[in-house]
Amino acid sequence: MLRQKPRISLTPRSKGSTRLNTRTRLVIAVSVAATYLLGVFIWGWFLDPSSYAVHFESQFIPPSWGHIFGTDFMGRDMFFRSLKGLSNSMLIGLLASLISSAIALAFGTASALFGGKVDKLVLLAVDCCMGLPHLVLVILISVALGGGATGVMLGVALTHWPELTRIVRAEVLQLREAWYVKASYKMGKSRLYVAAKHIVPHVIPVYIVGLVLLFPHAIMHEAAVTFLGFGLPAETPAIGVILSEAMRHIATGKWWLALFPGLLLIVAVLLFDTIGENLKRLLNPASAHE
Amino acid sequence: MLVLLLLVSVLAFMLIINAPIDPLVAYIGPESTLSTQAIAQVEEHWGLNQSPIARYFIWMGNVLQGDFGMSMSFKRPVINVIQERIMYSFVLMGLAWTLSGVLGFAMGIAAGLRRGGLFDRSVKTFCLIVQSSPAFWIGLLVLSLFAVHLGWFPLGMAVPMGVPAAEVTMFHRIQHLILPLMTLTIVSMGRITMFTRQKLSEVMDSDFITFARARGLTEGQIVRRHAWRSVALPALTLQFASFAELFGGMALAETVFSYPGIGAATTAAALNADVPLLLGIVLITAVFVFCGNLIANLLYGVVDPRLRDGGSSA
Repeated sequence: MLRQKPRISLTPRSKGSTRLNTRTRLVIAVSVAATYLLGVFIWGWFLDPSSYAVHFESQFIPPSWGHIFGTDFMGRDMFFRSLKGLSNSMLIGLLASLISSAIALAFGTASALFGGKVDKLVLLAVDCCMGLPHLVLVILISVALGGGATGVMLGVALTHWPELTRIVRAEVLQLREAWYVKASYKMGKSRLYVAAKHIVPHVIPVYIVGLVLLFPHAIMHEAAVTFLGFGLPAETPAIGVILSEAMRHIATGKWWLALFPGLLLIVAVLLFDTIGENLKRLLNPASAHE
Repeated sequence: MLVLLLLVSVLAFMLIINAPIDPLVAYIGPESTLSTQAIAQVEEHWGLNQSPIARYFIWMGNVLQGDFGMSMSFKRPVINVIQERIMYSFVLMGLAWTLSGVLGFAMGIAAGLRRGGLFDRSVKTFCLIVQSSPAFWIGLLVLSLFAVHLGWFPLGMAVPMGVPAAEVTMFHRIQHLILPLMTLTIVSMGRITMFTRQKLSEVMDSDFITFARARGLTEGQIVRRHAWRSVALPALTLQFASFAELFGGMALAETVFSYPGIGAATTAAALNADVPLLLGIVLITAVFVFCGNLIANLLYGVVDPRLRDGGSSA
């Protein structure tokens, strides 16, 4: 096929730093991102509450060296408060995506393996779940469970499985036709045995990538629902709470209350995305063409 | 397909029925002086003592006759509240949907044509950041920059405060609409831009484009005469399929700008335990998303005729 510009160049690149091949660079990117996220999580987890305690004498200090994110209307240091908030959000996001992806793995595998009525039921549940905006459904579930951390966590967990379910189902449908799976059936193994021994191990990479990519969505929806007032209670440091407090003071020009906590959240979300996309390319050589 | 709509309504109804909201307390207030007899009467009147299934059928029967019940927090029929607010939301969503579609498509084409160029890289970075940031945060930044610091636009609401309804001009309305519209457009643009960019570079690698090049067409001619057609329909399909996200973004944008649309009403209804209004909104939302998905599904058939016969569950 004739192309104007060949995508693959055969001449070695002139820069000196190209010793590292793509794979190594991906691994490094994933490790750096993971280290940062883990660091934030652990730092926030063990943070001394006095570091974001109330100091009425230092209200609304704009960002400075003493308080790099500034302080809020109660004189709390926004950097440590945001850090703790992000850590809290990550914990909820982690639990929610674990539950959500477990549902997806079970539903997706069952749907593809058993077919027929089970398949129809799962697809109907998927469509049902996608029939409402995620935000509205999370609010509904959260209200039904009486709000709070459990409410928002389960709300996010119970709404984010459909996409991964579809991916897992498609993957299993392909695997089902594989020769070694057919051979296993012919040798008289049960469906459950084949599922556990042959199919699930092959779906695991897809599943892990799906889990990591689910994470940013979970955190963002948690923040959104909390922002609207259905999630974490107002006294817990959480990004959603911080931003909804910031909204009340933004009209008087306290821009730093909104900008920095949001940036911290975005960096975390972007890094999770980076990890997910890189893992996808590491685990699946076929998508490494770009 | 209609079964789905019914199922969604059952789901929503069951969730709300099981919520720890006492409809009586929500309606009368926590310090009620009503006697047990009066309470029993109200319960009888509202049908609260019946089984959830019976209550669902009563509600659904009324809804089918156009009666959504009374909103507890607005003290008006739900249908009136929704009618009044839906216009604001539809104008906002419709404009944002069109704008984000057109702008995103144009940016995607321009970026996809020169993969790896400066424009492409900046578009890609922009989209990544936009897709990773919460809609309400973008709203707060827009508000902070254009309304507070520059003072170009009002802080919120749909009409200026303290101005009689008769004196509200079109200019006022547009002025109040711009910031929420900007927020929602930015939020919705990321996905469509990235999709168009990806799709265009796939199309540009296909054989018929190579043939067009061989005939001596310039890149501009190729895009204008051939490539954009192959990208436009899938992009339009995606735009229809993203009604759910559009609604979510709209709800957040409306909350930030105190814009009196359906999104702000959703949160208000849920926070005030206004069950009839919440259910009414959920139903309207479900129909809205359903329409978007239906159009998208029909368009899939146009895009890929192979899907038309039988492969609907694929």
